[in-house]
Amino acid sequence: MTQTSSLLTADPRTRARNRAEVRFRAFGLAAVITGLAALALLVISVIGNGAGAFRQTYLTIPVSLSADRLDPEGNRDPAEMARVTTFGYAPLLAQSLQMHLQAEGIDLTGVSPQALMGMISQEAPAQVRAMVLANPDILGETRQLEMLASGRIDGYFKGRVTLESAERDANVSPAQIRLAQAMADAGMMETRWNWAFLTGPDASDQRPEAAGLGVAILGSLYMIGVVLVLALPIGVAASIYLEEFAPKNRLTDIIEVNISNLAAVPSIVFGILGLAIFINLAGLPQSAPIVGGLVLTLMTLPTIIIATRAALRAVPPSIRSAALGLGASKMQAVFHHVLPLAAPGILTGTILGLAQALGETAPLLLIGMVAFVREYPDMPPEGLFDPASALPVQVYNWTQRADPAFVERAAGATIVLLVFLVAMNLIAVLLRRRFERRW
Amino acid sequence: MPLLWIIAATLALGAAGYWLGRARALRLTGGSPAALHSLPHAYGAITALAALIPGFALLVLALMAWPGGTILAPVLAVIGLGLALIRITPEFRARTALERCILAGLITASSIAILTTFGIVASMLVETADFFSLYPWQQFFFGLEWIPSFEGGSELGLIPLLWGTLYITFIALLVAVPVGLFAAIYMAEYAGPRFRAIAKPLIEVLAGIPTIVYGLFALITVGPLLRDWFAAPMGLGTSSSSVMTAGLVMGIMLIPFVSSLSDDIINAVPQSLRDGAYGLGATQSETVRQVILPAALPGIVGAVLLATSRAIGETMIVVMGAGAAARLSLNPFEAMTTVTVKIVGQLTGDTDFSSPEALVAFALGLTLFAITLCLNILALYIVRRYREQYE
Repeated sequence: MTQTSSLLTADPRTRARNRAEVRFRAFGLAAVITGLAALALLVISVIGNGAGAFRQTYLTIPVSLSADRLDPEGNRDPAEMARVTTFGYAPLLAQSLQMHLQAEGIDLTGVSPQALMGMISQEAPAQVRAMVLANPDILGETRQLEMLASGRIDGYFKGRVTLESAERDANVSPAQIRLAQAMADAGMMETRWNWAFLTGPDASDQRPEAAGLGVAILGSLYMIGVVLVLALPIGVAASIYLEEFAPKNRLTDIIEVNISNLAAVPSIVFGILGLAIFINLAGLPQSAPIVGGLVLTLMTLPTIIIATRAALRAVPPSIRSAALGLGASKMQAVFHHVLPLAAPGILTGTILGLAQALGETAPLLLIGMVAFVREYPDMPPEGLFDPASALPVQVYNWTQRADPAFVERAAGATIVLLVFLVAMNLIAVLLRRRFERRW
Repeated sequence: MPLLWIIAATLALGAAGYWLGRARALRLTGGSPAALHSLPHAYGAITALAALIPGFALLVLALMAWPGGTILAPVLAVIGLGLALIRITPEFRARTALERCILAGLITASSIAILTTFGIVASMLVETADFFSLYPWQQFFFGLEWIPSFEGGSELGLIPLLWGTLYITFIALLVAVPVGLFAAIYMAEYAGPRFRAIAKPLIEVLAGIPTIVYGLFALITVGPLLRDWFAAPMGLGTSSSSVMTAGLVMGIMLIPFVSSLSDDIINAVPQSLRDGAYGLGATQSETVRQVILPAALPGIVGAVLLATSRAIGETMIVVMGAGAAARLSLNPFEAMTTVTVKIVGQLTGDTDFSSPEALVAFALGLTLFAITLCLNILALYIVRRYREQYE
């Protein structure tokens, strides 16, 4: 074997080894980039699909609230006027719209009266009716009213529906879209920030434009409240016992193995537990935040216990010894000295556990949270037993609906969910930065 | 009386108990705390507990069994408060009693974990026993068909669901293990501190994203993308929900899981092993492949097993990305279904809990629980054994 390599020229074997080195390094970098690209694609996909949900198209027209149509008895008694259903209001709106368009000189060719009505959301008559019933004295007046445009018209202003796609769509015609554009040019229609998406209740299958997250956000808040009230004290108490007091024996061993296994049990199994124990056995109501909160508490407990024990373990033994040496009882040493020092770590772990609970969906599906809920739950504690929805379940719910406009709503709800999660994680990070102590 | 007022009244009684107990202890010694056995606040706290514990215990019991009885909670609190006040003397060892109460509370809290496990197993065992009394277990475990019909005569075979679950898990691991492992190696061995400080938390963000978001991602982006660019041109199917969609997205979800666990394990390999390899002239990649990975292998196997258990138990991604048709097929672009999808499917909506079609979900849940539990125990065992080598 002859010596062919020097410091200046590498032999083939060295070159091959160096090439393998470069290749290996490139694989590693590619893996990292793949992960980051997946994250970027996910975020772009959600924001791209969901940003539109925060804007909504409204149309503003003068509506003459004809007294003899809406109050046939003529006595302004809300109980009697309530007999006129939304079907009585719809033609009124259509008529007003038609008259206003003709007065403005906007071309109505190709748009039948039904098609004209189809441009207004089905929610609008209900809103006008509620307004009239709340204040019967406005009957007979002509008022500037703001109404939701229907989902497809709204989709046109957001780029989801185009003239070409409208040709193939049974629910909207190109003529309607041209008219919508004319109305927007005349300043009667505008697309702007949509508070109702964050505060309003869910809406039925035919009116995606009216669907909001109010009930879901409230339901999620209730559940997180239940989890916080139950999981934090129970988790901290359990950790204190296991870390500071528990004798090393068979029973505590079983508890420890149990907790680490519970942390890895699929979340849907907790849903089955909730269904069997809390609903079928204890008879708690379905879709109630209290049941969701209890299930999520059991699910979050292992996370909180693991974080709390780590925080307790990080407090040096010298602190305990000093307290005991000054005559404190063991309980006093733990509660007066160890626990306050571990508090930032416990808080951080708890916030992360709550964030996990906030995003959890599967167990909530099993305890009936998928139900369509339009009523806001009452104030707690009674409100905890009222039916409610939850943010992640609302996302799932909307993806199961037929109208494509609900995809936008689902992605919008996801953005809201992610904003909550980012906020919680930021708080956790800031807490850790602010209070972290190295001993 | 509304619940809120009952709770407030009971709490107020607790607060009153604290002040009364404290005041009484001080009054008995003429205002000098030194003559008491314990600090004054201990007398207050024990009195408050004597009011609160019976009060809230009754409240919870009444809420579950007899809602009209909630009104008795403050009454019981008053009785507890009175009895505790009578017991207070300067010699009363209030702190010892208080600490005993607290310790009992701590023990109760830690036994909730056991109760949860017990509740999970018991609830599923009872319902599964019901199911097997209505449907033969051989047909459940070995049946090749899943055709539930609520009129009776259903075929409820586990095999097609298990096949879908394992197929999706396999694809997910095919994505997550190489990407996660290489990312971990790069982060631990190659990346500079600045790159690491940015890239590592960003990848871990993937672990904090709820599964419903991945499900939505599968449904609106990955599914249509795979269908239009791969499945349809290759003539493999026209369904946007497929094994591939769910597997791919689940793989993305598991990347940070594999990478952060492997990162810890790789960092735990002693530096002396690396230095030894470099000293013998190995390149960095040779060191990784021939020294670090073999040393870290048990830990990495443990991490992969934990990831497998996560993938098998994952629900939302497969509910939204995999489809609902039970199929035994090899085509990854076809919609298939999993154990978790069917648990959700059989238990949501108005179900009659005495029919085998609903009860089967509990049998599926128990199967899922058993599989994931075995994987977790195995993984924890492997990880723990490995860790002892270096400590």
